[in-house]
Amino acid sequence: MSSLTDLANILPGNAVQPRNHPLETRWGRGLLGALVPLVLLVLWQAATAFGWVSTSQLPTPESVFSAAVQLLEGGTLAQHIAISTQRVLIGFAIGAILGLVVGALVGLSELADALLGPFIGAIRAVPSLAWVPLLILWLKIGEDSKVTLIVIGAFFPVFTTVYLALRHVDKNLIEAARAFGLKGTRLLTTIQLPAVVPAVFSGLRLALAQSWLFLVAAELIASSMGLGFLLMDSQNNGRIDRLFLAIILLALLGKITDALLGFAERKAIKRWA
Amino acid sequence: MTSTLDRPAFTASTKPANSSLSVTFFGVGRSFGTGKENRQVLRDVDLVVNPGEVLVILGPSGCGKSTLLRAVSGLDAPSTGRVLIDGTAVDGVDPRCAVAFQEPRLLPWQSVERNVALGLPQGTSVKEGSARVAELLRLVELDGHSGLRPREISGGMAQRTSLARALARRPGVLLLDEPFGALDALTRLKMQDLLLDIHSAYPTTVLLVTHDVDEALQLADRILVLGRESGEEAATVSRILAVPGTRPRNRNSEELGQMRSSLLASLGVDSGRH
Repeated sequence: MSSLTDLANILPGNAVQPRNHPLETRWGRGLLGALVPLVLLVLWQAATAFGWVSTSQLPTPESVFSAAVQLLEGGTLAQHIAISTQRVLIGFAIGAILGLVVGALVGLSELADALLGPFIGAIRAVPSLAWVPLLILWLKIGEDSKVTLIVIGAFFPVFTTVYLALRHVDKNLIEAARAFGLKGTRLLTTIQLPAVVPAVFSGLRLALAQSWLFLVAAELIASSMGLGFLLMDSQNNGRIDRLFLAIILLALLGKITDALLGFAERKAIKRWA
Repeated sequence: MTSTLDRPAFTASTKPANSSLSVTFFGVGRSFGTGKENRQVLRDVDLVVNPGEVLVILGPSGCGKSTLLRAVSGLDAPSTGRVLIDGTAVDGVDPRCAVAFQEPRLLPWQSVERNVALGLPQGTSVKEGSARVAELLRLVELDGHSGLRPREISGGMAQRTSLARALARRPGVLLLDEPFGALDALTRLKMQDLLLDIHSAYPTTVLLVTHDVDEALQLADRILVLGRESGEEAATVSRILAVPGTRPRNRNSEELGQMRSSLLASLGVDSGRH
């Protein structure tokens, strides 16, 4: 969503709109963005209060809230959140760095492209969850196998965007820079890297979303802690209030981390595009 | 050279290090593709361009004007023959040349000032570099806009930035590939005047590609017309004309009018209708 609105903001046509339009102000947008969740919350409350839906299918908002308070007091909720966030951040960081390095290598070097391109393409074609049995066999059920799965999930979006962006750097700009004597590392740092910064950020945001996806997959399959575990555990114990809590927390954490990266992206686009 | 425009005196340090250099074409030809696809674009270009001369290369589109220029810059190598600058052969991108292209080709993420600085030769000290950039920005009248990004300035301003970037290299040979081709008619006239000012402040050898006959007549010491002889695939030198008079020339003089008709005729245009 927000990447679409970012795109709209940098399109020149937007500049002619009157400045005080509610969609143009930060508060206006924030309020509008909060509207749908608030309406859903009211509908949710109404549906449970008036008995439109059975509470075994849909818990009341209060019960979800009290489940959160209860888990918080026991100290386990903070633990679930901390360990999940930690897995995502470590896996995302490693995957993104690998994606940047390998993407840059394959995007810049014809030799590396010829050598690695088909292989990486084939690896990418494997649905990432197919790695799970192998990872568990090799790395056992521990942090390593989960983080590795997230690394795989984060790697490909970054790799693909960096690779493609480097391939499509304006040939005219590169020729002009060559005419002024730039080559090798100087050409890379002066032209090619700055030119792909915006694309790198969209790759990073995709990778972050993938990281949360693969976190839940890893934790659903085998874990004793984390939000994915909380989902599984609640399903087994019929605690639909905790199930809802876990989903809401995943939505919040995903949105917050994406917003932070989006903030960095806007700064970068302002600087580099 | 011959221009007597009143310009602020430029200090000795700003004179081009390479000064003006001669350019010699020896049997230059260029073909593209291999085997059946092979297509000869240019053949047998022999010419000496004198130091400080403004040579305008004129010709119909697709006749290899840019190819000839690229052979001088070292961005491209001729298939046959060679190009000498100041007596030594061009081999790879040549530090004695600077190029301005039809599109300004500025880095969108850098300010006007930083874009000009890109043209500085490697090893220029920071102090000297910033002094030279500031002076060039004054010369192209962009000193009030040095902090702006390329997307915040007009096409004419972007093209002036591109010119300043080329001059920052203190080229012995300045190569201009249809530098004003994408500008509106009025801006183009102003840019031509600016180029003459620049040439009197920095008297380098200039090779300028254009398809605008009036531009050629206004700027050139000599005009090189490239063209294909009938039955030939590749273009070569069809005429070389010395343009009389000192610059800036009266655009309406009768003598230039006759040259204009003659040039249009050699480009295959009936001048009676234009």
